Amino acid sequence: MSHGNMNLTLKVWKQKNKDTKGRFETYDAKGISPDMSFLEMFDVVNEQLISSGKEPIAFDHDCREGICGMCSMYINGRPHGPKGGITTCQLHMRSFKNGDTIVVEPWRSAAFPVIKDLAVDRSSFDRIMSAGGFVSVNTGNAKDANNILIPKDDADTAFDAAACIGCGACVAACKNSSAMLFVSAKVSQLSLLPQGKIEKQDRVLNMVKQMDEEGFGNCTNTGACEAECPKSISLENIARMNREYLGASFTQNKV
Amino acid sequence: MGLTGLFLISFLVVHVTLNSFIFFNDGGASFNAGADFMAHNPVVRILEIGLFAGLLLHIFQALLLTLENRKARPTPYQVVNGGANSSWYSRSMGILGSLLLLFLVVHLGNFWVPTKIAVFSHAEHDTFAGMKEVFAQWYFVAIYLVGVISLLYHLLHGFQSAFQSLGLNHKKYTPLIKKTGIWFSIIVCALFAAMPVTMFLGIIK
Amino acid sequence: MASSSKLNAKIPEGILENKWTKYRSTVHLVNPANKRSLEVIVVGSGLAGSSAAASLAEMGYKVKVFCFQDSPRRAHSIAAQGGVNAAKNYQNDGDSVYRLFYDTIKGGDYRAREANVHRLAEVSGNIIDQCVAQGVPFAREYGGTLSNRSFGGTQVQRTFYAAGQTGQQLLLGAYSALQRQVGMGAVTLMARHEMMDVVTIDGKARGIIARDLVTGKLQRHFGHAVLLCTGGYGNVFYLSTNAMGCNVTAAWKAHKKGAFFGNPCYTQIHPTCIPVSGDHQSKLTLMSESLRNDGRIWVPKQKDDKRKAKDIPEEERDYYLERRYPAFGNLVPRDVASRAAKERCDAGYGVGASKMAVYLDFEANMMRYGQIEANKKNIHNPSKETIRALGKDVVKEKYGNLFDMYKQITDEDPYEMPMRIYPAVHYTMGGLWVDYNLMTTVPGLYALGEANFSDHGANRLGASALMQGLADGYFVIPYTIGEYLSEEIRTKAIPTDNEAFVKAEAEVQERINKLFSIKGTKSVDHFHKALGKIMWEKCGMARNAKGLTEAIAEIQQLKKDFWSDVRVPGEQYEFNTELEKAHRVADFIELGELMCKDALNRNESCGGHFREEYQTADGEALRDDDNFAYVAAWEYKGESNFELHKEELKFENIKLAQRNYA
Repeated sequence: MSHGNMNLTLKVWKQKNKDTKGRFETYDAKGISPDMSFLEMFDVVNEQLISSGKEPIAFDHDCREGICGMCSMYINGRPHGPKGGITTCQLHMRSFKNGDTIVVEPWRSAAFPVIKDLAVDRSSFDRIMSAGGFVSVNTGNAKDANNILIPKDDADTAFDAAACIGCGACVAACKNSSAMLFVSAKVSQLSLLPQGKIEKQDRVLNMVKQMDEEGFGNCTNTGACEAECPKSISLENIARMNREYLGASFTQNKV
Repeated sequence: MGLTGLFLISFLVVHVTLNSFIFFNDGGASFNAGADFMAHNPVVRILEIGLFAGLLLHIFQALLLTLENRKARPTPYQVVNGGANSSWYSRSMGILGSLLLLFLVVHLGNFWVPTKIAVFSHAEHDTFAGMKEVFAQWYFVAIYLVGVISLLYHLLHGFQSAFQSLGLNHKKYTPLIKKTGIWFSIIVCALFAAMPVTMFLGIIK
Repeated sequence: MASSSKLNAKIPEGILENKWTKYRSTVHLVNPANKRSLEVIVVGSGLAGSSAAASLAEMGYKVKVFCFQDSPRRAHSIAAQGGVNAAKNYQNDGDSVYRLFYDTIKGGDYRAREANVHRLAEVSGNIIDQCVAQGVPFAREYGGTLSNRSFGGTQVQRTFYAAGQTGQQLLLGAYSALQRQVGMGAVTLMARHEMMDVVTIDGKARGIIARDLVTGKLQRHFGHAVLLCTGGYGNVFYLSTNAMGCNVTAAWKAHKKGAFFGNPCYTQIHPTCIPVSGDHQSKLTLMSESLRNDGRIWVPKQKDDKRKAKDIPEEERDYYLERRYPAFGNLVPRDVASRAAKERCDAGYGVGASKMAVYLDFEANMMRYGQIEANKKNIHNPSKETIRALGKDVVKEKYGNLFDMYKQITDEDPYEMPMRIYPAVHYTMGGLWVDYNLMTTVPGLYALGEANFSDHGANRLGASALMQGLADGYFVIPYTIGEYLSEEIRTKAIPTDNEAFVKAEAEVQERINKLFSIKGTKSVDHFHKALGKIMWEKCGMARNAKGLTEAIAEIQQLKKDFWSDVRVPGEQYEFNTELEKAHRVADFIELGELMCKDALNRNESCGGHFREEYQTADGEALRDDDNFAYVAAWEYKGESNFELHKEELKFENIKLAQRNYA
């Protein structure tokens, strides 16, 4: 079935599972329409592979509207491809030229082992959340919502941090595989709000500890994470986390 | 890294100020007076130990960081388009730092070691004369220029990065810090670069 | 009409306002020591699943959570944009529990249970309190209080929101509560695991068979109760606003194990989605209903008008919703708005290349906001450009992310030209039949959130899905599950080498073997697309007996083709997304048939179910309350064989009336 008139060459990472070695394979993507999303282009390639009896390329995706954070392709040297501020599923083929060769790799990080081909395991993010990314409030504990007044600016800044979709592009973009932007976004969101202030010292210490245990690298402030974040999470969050971490380390009255 | 970096930056201020005395072009009189003070003042001596400790700590932290960061990405990417999201020098602090370290070895050999020998042997030492001697050689001038350029880029990233690491990022102040960092790096490095160049060209006598 | 003897809705006695309060005070409890030895399986990690799992774990139950995604945070609740309703009356505009209850029953075209909906309205306020306490960053006013906006089908402002990402923020709140329990060891998280079947022993749900999607291995898990929080089945249409992975498999497996399926034909077609652009399309993208607060919907008055939207003068535009429904205007309920759009396009007034779209235009309100801003800023005699620029900033602040998304997908700038929109499948009101306790007809098997049929009748109002999912998970199931589990405290954990587990696993294995053995010529997607086409054309926005009868035959044929010609590449013991899809599509095909049968059975039009034979003179849905004021609950009796059971809907507090939004 033909859809359009773009023809591309794909060099895609293929790896059977986390215990085997991977390699690049080359595929032709023919009859691609510029209105297709990058993932729809993969659908077309996979459809062709299946019909010719070959194994399709495995990749993670779900909502295809840029919010679930599941899609994760490192395209021509950049997470989520050449356009800023979007996820892979929102990248459209009109951003490429007929005849282009596109190199697609999985997120690379010790903390994100490859599951198959382009799909990686990001459960390290869940474990960091379990270490402290919450307000300890059981269901039913809450008082009336408008009893907590929050300055609009604080609420807006917290919202901006909370916009993180946990896709891991920050880790993929960082030359050190650092997860600081992800962790700091949650730390910031909660510490900016009165509800989250109560636990803020434990939260930052525990989340950073877990982050280090997961094997993410260190932040050297190159700013690549912010530049590649599909939700434009700000580096300010990392500074805020650093501040809180230092503060908590020095002042916490615990051993 | 940020703390030790800022500490080393504070040393640069002292160093560049004192060395700039040569631009009085008084045959090194003011400069040597300053250098003599620095060489014999006990407070400065203690600070010097601190400075070396800071430098070693900075290097040690850098090594640790590099090792950890290497481990964090065991399989490298085939294609990396780093230029799309960050500056090359922010990604090259290790290389720039290593170049600086090599330069420092030469630099200490040129000036610090002779001064120390003089101090310990209670001999008179004319640092200015030493400078003139070193900077008469073109290859030393070249080495110093490479060193200063490494310093420039190391500072361009390091200055503002240190504040970020210490948690200072503010809508109002961060732009100011960034600008200060850029001008600081340019002025300090321009002054440092001017020393070997002007001496080599014979402008400073 | 009397309800089927097989259906006991267990609605508490007493007057409507007191039912839930009284129930809560008298329901059986499980003491803390016993809770520790009771195990609950939660399948699905969206709003309903995460909130239920977190709440039950907080209470002391041992909980296992399954989701097919790589993390619970990916569940499709995350994509809900506009907001969550709650009867807080913070705006002092006359809202109340009763009004939310009334609006929801009316919005659902009088096909929901009064007691359930009233309970939903009662707990709606607690949801907002709980979410705020968790740190959900709702939009706020300058004074620090929470902000509200309006949604379709209501005349009050009761919708709480977080820009265009309300679902995301609410889900992350529930997810963080869940992860907290995971960290404490109270919840075992099984991500990248898909439920393949329910295990029943002596008629009670006692666990599930799951497949580890990474290793491909089948696993047996025991639970004293199983909660299905697996969302809706909109993907039966192939193209929908659902995520690619959304599926009916868990609910369908439950159905085949004895859970009745309620009102399967009730599907919501959302009026404001980005139109289909080509046959490569894999999914449709919603533009939040909140846009209808400020966007005006129109088509040209002239058929096949080729002019650009901007060049069509005001008097040649047909603002058909404002014309037909002056009281609610652009904020009529979704089913009404969708049908009106279809009517205009079918009549030849559609816009865009496909002619299957209408305009959603922000120009008028941009100018209105601009004028307000100019007044606020004391700009006298501002130019038109200044006003527009100021207004554009306001619109950007309110809907910026949606506008960006629209531009990303269509390559058109909605600030400069009106959006083109068209209805798309969005939500399914139907689902597993549950009683007041949210328990299905299989004891110990519950369905929460979109997976059940309960609260929205034949049409869901905007911003009510989030409300229902969280109500079920945070505030209903923690109480109602006690009714069942209090009787189970003597049941020891059943070892999974029990023959029921062995048999269930063997059946799953057999189906996997079958799928691989076919080695046909067509991909799974081929069949999914074919199914979607049948469903959209014959069981979509408008249905009729002839089309539905044809559809049933076509689907039965498609099922045969699928099981003889599908190609599933790869093998079982690996990460195999084609195998996952094959399972899901096989179940969608069977569900599609039941949906058509249900639609064919319901000889009336109500809410999202519009039978062309049953409409008023001016084209509105024509209900038949005498014969169809019931929940259609279907029992699985074998292949292509479903038996209808009716649960009569008694309206004791609301008078049945023709819905009127004019």
